Amino acid sequence: MNAAQMVNALKEKFGEAVLSTTEFRGEQTVHVSLASVKALLKYCRDELAFDYLVDLSTLDHMGEEPRFEVVYELYGYGHHAHLRVRSKIPDGEDAPSVCDIWAGANWHEREAWDMMGVKFSGHPDLRRILMWEGYPFFPLRKEFPLAGKPSDLPEVGFTKVAPMADGPFVTSAGAKDTVTREPRAKRTEDEK
Amino acid sequence: MVAPAETHAAYDSKIEGNIVFTKLDAAANWMRKNSLWPMPMGLACCAIEMMAAACSRYDLSRFGMEVMRFSPRQADVMIVAGTVTYKMALAVKRIWDQMPEPKWCIAMGACASSGGMYRSYAVLQGIDTLIPVDVYISGCPPRPEALLEGLMRLQKKIEGEHAIEDQKRTMITDMAG
Repeated sequence: MNAAQMVNALKEKFGEAVLSTTEFRGEQTVHVSLASVKALLKYCRDELAFDYLVDLSTLDHMGEEPRFEVVYELYGYGHHAHLRVRSKIPDGEDAPSVCDIWAGANWHEREAWDMMGVKFSGHPDLRRILMWEGYPFFPLRKEFPLAGKPSDLPEVGFTKVAPMADGPFVTSAGAKDTVTREPRAKRTEDEK
Repeated sequence: MVAPAETHAAYDSKIEGNIVFTKLDAAANWMRKNSLWPMPMGLACCAIEMMAAACSRYDLSRFGMEVMRFSPRQADVMIVAGTVTYKMALAVKRIWDQMPEPKWCIAMGACASSGGMYRSYAVLQGIDTLIPVDVYISGCPPRPEALLEGLMRLQKKIEGEHAIEDQKRTMITDMAG
């Protein structure tokens, strides 16, 4: 069974829960409602032999409802097929943890929580993985500035705003020497 | 034999035998600069170049600073090699605090010096915001030759220190006051 046939099998099995499917250059994507995403993923592993969760990531569609979306990339070592499962997360709802289906999801879900602030219900140990416990922001959300925000947790960690000055690398074409022409952060007077 | 003007020791084997005249500061500096024990604070790709500098091809030991110590209590120059994230920053500070005086710090590469290309929420914009830096080495990452140059600059800097002279001067002022 190839990936396209598996998508059809999923549509038959889950009916309404499969909201839509897309194919792009042979990549199969299934959009699923959040309520049935876990059952569908379990079916993918048990019946369709997707034994490897390649990646789990999250998207921030700021300004849309629902705002967040979780993406699962699946792969089967037996049949070498890829499948992408996407599910939007309505406001105030948590995504279901898939740690009990693929143990490898554990750290992916922690990262999604750390960076995007999406909670996974049923996760055995949902702590931050990159930033420290007590860091108040979710840095990959769209409203978070690239330069960061100041924070301070005594004895644990602190962050400051990075000097951006119109972007990380600003060239000054026509300046008199190479040091000034070189692309680099140009700090304004008050940043110094 | 007449000693060149820039050396700190005068030595005539015919007259003085095993006696060397020097200044205490000069002797202490000479000993310090020729046995720098680095604390390799390898945090990113700069650490690979630092390892290369310590290995046989570039061989730091030619200049007397090969004794990499992985315990801060035995080291006297910290080579901050790589990107210092905010999560790592306090650990670097803590290791620095554990090093005994006199101690020096080298910021190796763009990231350790200024945050480098990482203008981001996660990266400390230069280790000099947290600990005092003696030598900055440019490069991304710097080649081993650049690290050697940096360490030799540090040796030059140590040569010019006058800790004991200062101590003596403070003592005299204290006694006068």
